Amino acid sequence: MAEAGLRYRKERLDRGIKARSDTIYVISSYREMLYLVLPRVLPVIGLLVLPLVLRGYWGKVLVYACMFGLLALSWDFLAACGMFSLGQALFFGVGSFFAGALNHYLHWPPILTLPIATLAGGVFCAALLAPVVRLKGIYFAMITLVVPLLFTRLVVATGVWGGSHGLSNLAPFTNEWIPIYLAVVAMLVVLFGFRRIMNEDYGLVLGAIRDDDRAVMSAGINIYWRKIQALFIAAVVGCFAGAFMTHQYQFVGPSVFALDYSILPLTAAALGGAGTFAGAVLGSIALVPLSEAMRALGGLRITFYCIVLIICIIGLPEGIFHFIQRKYQQFERLTEIG
Amino acid sequence: MLSLLIYGTIQSVILAFYALGFSLAYGISGVANFAHGGLFILSGFIAWSFMNYFHLPWFLSVAISIVLTGMIGFVLYWGLLLRIRGIPLAEVVVTFAAGIAILEFLAWKGLYGFYYNLPVFVKGGIEIGSVAVDYQRLIVLGTGAVLAAFLWFFVHHTKIGLAFRGIAQNERTALSLGIESDWTGALSLALGSALAAVSAIMILPMGVMEATVGYEVLIYAVAVAIVGGLESILGMVIASFIIGFGQIAVARYVGSSWMVIVPLAAIAFILAIRPSGLLGKFKELEERV
Repeated sequence: MAEAGLRYRKERLDRGIKARSDTIYVISSYREMLYLVLPRVLPVIGLLVLPLVLRGYWGKVLVYACMFGLLALSWDFLAACGMFSLGQALFFGVGSFFAGALNHYLHWPPILTLPIATLAGGVFCAALLAPVVRLKGIYFAMITLVVPLLFTRLVVATGVWGGSHGLSNLAPFTNEWIPIYLAVVAMLVVLFGFRRIMNEDYGLVLGAIRDDDRAVMSAGINIYWRKIQALFIAAVVGCFAGAFMTHQYQFVGPSVFALDYSILPLTAAALGGAGTFAGAVLGSIALVPLSEAMRALGGLRITFYCIVLIICIIGLPEGIFHFIQRKYQQFERLTEIG
Repeated sequence: MLSLLIYGTIQSVILAFYALGFSLAYGISGVANFAHGGLFILSGFIAWSFMNYFHLPWFLSVAISIVLTGMIGFVLYWGLLLRIRGIPLAEVVVTFAAGIAILEFLAWKGLYGFYYNLPVFVKGGIEIGSVAVDYQRLIVLGTGAVLAAFLWFFVHHTKIGLAFRGIAQNERTALSLGIESDWTGALSLALGSALAAVSAIMILPMGVMEATVGYEVLIYAVAVAIVGGLESILGMVIASFIIGFGQIAVARYVGSSWMVIVPLAAIAFILAIRPSGLLGKFKELEERV
């Protein structure tokens, strides 16, 4: 193997169809158009048809997969802006508690609590984390790790919002079809929305903050304000997932700040491939049914996620999506080293 | 007032123990070892297993536990972290995941309640003024002081300690001076893990050995390290005194359920006025802010 490695190297080239469909030639034939359109349209159609096929228990699993997909998307968005979060549970939990408290104390229906909890939670999380946007890398990660853990303690210790018992008997969704399609459509909208944002000028600035924040600062852009905006966007998505799950479970308690909600989205994004958003969705659609199948193992599931996460980061650092994308767009061959 | 002083000091020393290995490993190898809490509990469990399954004497089990935990830290670096060296976030995620894997595995094995318990060194206690203190807490105080002094001496005046600091300050320059960075990094993580084991053996006898304690250890270690400045031992000691006394004071005058607020408030406050921590010096600009 080492011998072959010395004389040959792997060469990757774009497929002809990729090169043509990158340019105006894409409109020259149906093949090129389908080449571009199919990978985007087929998964969308698949996700929209799935709720019709999956009923009962597996329908619920699809909803979970979408919610974890939203959390993973929100993680990926923050990572794309150079903010590395170990605490997606913060967004999830804040959204949950806003929705739960509004429903429990004021008896507002889900149609009101969902949007209000989403927006208010987003503002709350962005304001809470605003003082720490100056931190980068590990330091930001540490803070996001600690905050949800402390929130758990706080809720249990002070007994606000039901304390360790939580708030139960919250209003459920009235119709069976509303939640499942709401979840799927929300995930698709966020997926394509985020991809769009990152391709706009706005996203260009955010990506530049990740790559070299000093260069952005010297261009006269207030990177802290931009980071707070990015936090708000990510928090809104995470809070929506939390508020949604509150009504789905009809319960909210300190467990919404649990590590599951931090580690699973992170694993999903790492498995699927960070930085593309599609990878995050792919990862959670692969992981959540697997974890449901292992529900009998209880707490051991988290150990399983962690092992998957470690294997992914060390063995498959690019993630599934990047791998598929590469195979789709390029071919590989061995060339002799001259 | 006297009891506030005594228990504040003890709480501070306990916090310093929590943070010791974490802060040291970060300070010298630049790896934030988020598996710290997991290793803490794991070492307690190892010591317990040797005492109860193999009926080894206390001293031997403790020694085995410290050595084993140190080796686990070494393997963690050599087996996993070496492959992703230089990508700080991947390092964080891998150690974090390894720590949670350990903790959740132990929780699943049923590590909670009062069944698992390490013995105290010396039973009984004394009265200082009118405050009852048991011997274990006094031993913790003494050991803490000795250990902090030893560590300070170690990283400032021994060859290997200086090599550690060299790697932390500038890896390339250290390499050009013949310090092998992989080996040093692995040793530093091993040392940090062994320190986690030492502190587990000191502190676990005073409470219960539960998987959830591991998370608490991690929170406090991170809080102390952030407040004190990640690479400074003196800063770490000062920070643990601030947080420790803060906690005891809050527990006394406000209510013990509010104790958890103190680390968070301290982090928020310190980040607002001095983001690199009380005594953090290097890496101030390019990495933190």
